[in-house]
Amino acid sequence: MTVLASGQRVRVKNDWPETRGPCHIRTPHYVRGEEGVVMRHLGDFPNPEDLAFARPAALRPLYHVAFAQPSIWHEGSAGDVVQVEIFGHWLEPA
Amino acid sequence: MDKDVPRATHDLGGVSKFMCEPVDVEPHALTDFDREVDAVRAILGLKKVMSVDELRRGIEAIPEADYLRLSYYQRWVRSIVDNLLVKGVITEAELRAALEAER
Amino acid sequence: MNILETESGRLLNAVRGLLTAKGILSPAEIAERIAITDAGSPAQGARMVARAWINPEYRALMLRDGTIAAEAMGIVMRGMPPLGVLENSSEVHNLVVCTLCSCYPRAVLGYPPFWYKSAAYRARAVRDPRGLLKEWGTVLPERVKLRVVDSTADYRWMVLPLRPAGTEGWSEEKLVSIVREGDMIGVTIPVLPG
Repeated sequence: MTVLASGQRVRVKNDWPETRGPCHIRTPHYVRGEEGVVMRHLGDFPNPEDLAFARPAALRPLYHVAFAQPSIWHEGSAGDVVQVEIFGHWLEPA
Repeated sequence: MDKDVPRATHDLGGVSKFMCEPVDVEPHALTDFDREVDAVRAILGLKKVMSVDELRRGIEAIPEADYLRLSYYQRWVRSIVDNLLVKGVITEAELRAALEAER
Repeated sequence: MNILETESGRLLNAVRGLLTAKGILSPAEIAERIAITDAGSPAQGARMVARAWINPEYRALMLRDGTIAAEAMGIVMRGMPPLGVLENSSEVHNLVVCTLCSCYPRAVLGYPPFWYKSAAYRARAVRDPRGLLKEWGTVLPERVKLRVVDSTADYRWMVLPLRPAGTEGWSEEKLVSIVREGDMIGVTIPVLPG
């Protein structure tokens, strides 16, 4: 599985599984569709979206991704950052 | 301003209606109820009966009005019971009988 | 009525009885688990912080692998989520939150505080962290950038705060005594007593 490099600019998929039925998603709403930077690969972990329903859960790469705070909220201090653990299958190169 | 998206109740980051709500920074001791719920969840996890992911899913399924009204560990109890029923660890009949016996 | 809407105390009693009858757990195991969890406290994390302030090699270890650093202080990490440590500096101040639920570095800090689990904290931390910090009287200089870390997955995060001025020559034990729970989450900054 290809690992995203530190420094890679990424976009979080603008996907809403919540509209398709019961699910358990650990990608917060406020970053979906937003652009950020991969800080580092945190390791590979079983997909919580499957664990939550006691389904077999494949290992997925987990990344720490940094988002400029003002760009998400259109308010806030320049230079402030929100950093979120996001699984690779939610990320696309930006 | 909130994005016009199908945000789930528990997905609270930046939600406007809480942005002016003060934070109660005082320490609040856990009650015996709280401690016991926490312990039951931990044991169920250690014994592989119910995972923390399943706990979260169960909490997230609580309807919004109840989610916001219930205390933190009251949400846990509801989720634990939901999961035990869904996974067939206990049946609804057994639970009703146990609740009746308490009266 | 939906059975899940039964009052939670009654549900807990009923479920404890059923699980005991089925041999899944017992009141003795519950009591034992409560005792174990109660033994956790912010003092454990404080010992790690004090050690890092005094020992550059330990600081480097803590930042490289928080789990191993915790184990080196005798904290049991087997079966616990990986621990990440966020270093405060003169340029960056870290703040930890879990907007989706309440993920917290319990292995090194004990139970999460009431406020950490509140809707107000979870909503405000990622969007108005500077306003939120004022609830504790914490004001950061403009030049210090704020990094809010939202614990959404497998890691648990704690902050390694800056060592305050005026503590030169202090023993490790004395340093431990000034590190508070809030300092390791990022809502406060360590201060000298008095």
